[in-house]
Amino acid sequence: MSLALTLHATLLQPFVEFGFMRRALVACVALGLSGGPLGTLLVVRRMSLVGDAMAHALLPGAAIGFILAGMSLTAMSVGGFIAAMAVAALAGGVTRWTSQKEDASFAAFYLIALAGGVMLISTRGTSVDLMHVLFGSILAVDDASLFLIAGVASVSLLVLAVVARPLIVECFDPGFLRAVGGRGGWHHQVFLMLLVANLVGGFQALGTLMAVGLLMLPAVAARFWAHDIGRLSAIAAGMAAFSGYAGLLLSYHSQLPSGPSIVLVAGGIFLLSLGLGTRDSLRSRWWRARQHRVA
Amino acid sequence: MMRRGQWIVMSAVGAAGAVASLFSGAAQAQAAPRKLRVVASFSILADMVREVGGGAVEVSGLVGPNADAHVFEPSPRDAKRLADADLVVINGLRFEGWIERLIKASGYRGPVLVATQGITPRLLGREPDPHAWQSLVNARRYVENIRAALVAARPALAAEINLRSADYLRRIDTLDASARARLRQIDAADRRVVTSHDAFGYLAESYGVTFVSAQGWNTGTEASAADVARIVRQLKGQKVRAIFVENISDPRLVQRIAHEVGAQVGGTLYSDALSPPGTAADTYLRMFEHNVSTLLAALTTVRR
Repeated sequence: MSLALTLHATLLQPFVEFGFMRRALVACVALGLSGGPLGTLLVVRRMSLVGDAMAHALLPGAAIGFILAGMSLTAMSVGGFIAAMAVAALAGGVTRWTSQKEDASFAAFYLIALAGGVMLISTRGTSVDLMHVLFGSILAVDDASLFLIAGVASVSLLVLAVVARPLIVECFDPGFLRAVGGRGGWHHQVFLMLLVANLVGGFQALGTLMAVGLLMLPAVAARFWAHDIGRLSAIAAGMAAFSGYAGLLLSYHSQLPSGPSIVLVAGGIFLLSLGLGTRDSLRSRWWRARQHRVA
Repeated sequence: MMRRGQWIVMSAVGAAGAVASLFSGAAQAQAAPRKLRVVASFSILADMVREVGGGAVEVSGLVGPNADAHVFEPSPRDAKRLADADLVVINGLRFEGWIERLIKASGYRGPVLVATQGITPRLLGREPDPHAWQSLVNARRYVENIRAALVAARPALAAEINLRSADYLRRIDTLDASARARLRQIDAADRRVVTSHDAFGYLAESYGVTFVSAQGWNTGTEASAADVARIVRQLKGQKVRAIFVENISDPRLVQRIAHEVGAQVGGTLYSDALSPPGTAADTYLRMFEHNVSTLLAALTTVRR
């Protein structure tokens, strides 16, 4: 009985007692739900670093939104979305029209955007509010941010249901799709748009840098447990939601800042999966090597 | 070759100009004493120096209005301003952690006035609380220190500087008396408010207002869920009257907490920086008056 009480006090009570904990959890679960499949697709499409690039590409747009309209969720979201899509479009264009590889042109444009963003922020002396926004504050998620995050997650899942097939086919049979439409096809653009929308939602809660962590770490970790895309997505989404839950508890009980706690829990899950996963993990490799030796 | 020729001509002209301006500068310096160039570490100190020095000084502040001195990142221009200064005024009490490195990097070798010298700081744990200007009693000390440093740098202008500082001290005393009188009208038990960063300890001590803070004393750290939970619990238990947003920290967190405990957000208090020129809190005294009247308004309207 006392054990049950202790468990309740440790694992549930913070969420029962405090509205801000519930909101933070809902935000993490929503981000995880759409982040799972998106992150998985990024990993299988070998675009793991594109998430990072896009998150940085948001910066100048969010900064301009902030400068024009102050601490306005809409202005910063729209600004960030436009800036990141512009970087994606420019990078895609350069890839199509020159012999430059997509990762190289992405790197070039996101670095320009990042430096532009830092420049904008620094020249406006009173950047404190903006810094709080860029590093996020999951504990301060308000109604508007929560609706944005939940809305983005819902729309992303619906749209992914439509475009997932061509995206997946392309990973495994690029020749087929190139014959039909090529990598610059509409589904790729839609995919990038969803990615940016999710990062815009995530940066309201976790900040640009931490949002990528919650997107990518579960997706990479899931690879040690499953192979087909559906299962990968589900596992990644579950891991992301759990990271949010456990990270918030960690922050609550150990007085640690919340954003990094959540992402570090996701990092811990990745390391555990790397060691103990059922597919291609260190353990399964070692196991197989031993079996070979015995046989 | 043409280009090189042009370059030589241009540099020669430039050099001649520089030499000429050097001479004219020297001539001016003899005619009237050059204004004392003072660099203050942040906007509140800069305003105090301006009040005391008047026309004798040319003041610039490193950390500007509405910016946070805890997390300031100096630019090369700031280093240059320091290098050109005749006097540097800092708050001390570890408020500007970056200032010593910046002074060293700029090559400035002149006097550095620590404006809080002579003030016994409150302690936050084992660290001194640097926000000493939040009490007008301490502000007298600041003004006295600034006056002495300016007189030492420009003995010829001592009379004018002393006159200005006496006048400034009178205005400080008047505000101090009125702030005390007005806050006394509210029951001590009801003078209980919340801010997002622990910057009002001196105000609390001097004027009997209880401040509960949501973030520890440093705006550079991100609040943990534990901190916010502690505050929410505390506020629900203590029936806090009003919650305030500061001009330099994340207003969303304060709003969230207010929502959680069902309290009102009482307006903006200015802690570590003035507001931009031409707005409500653009001088130290106006800032203090703004804080006191905002506190009063919130405490009287919420009381029902």
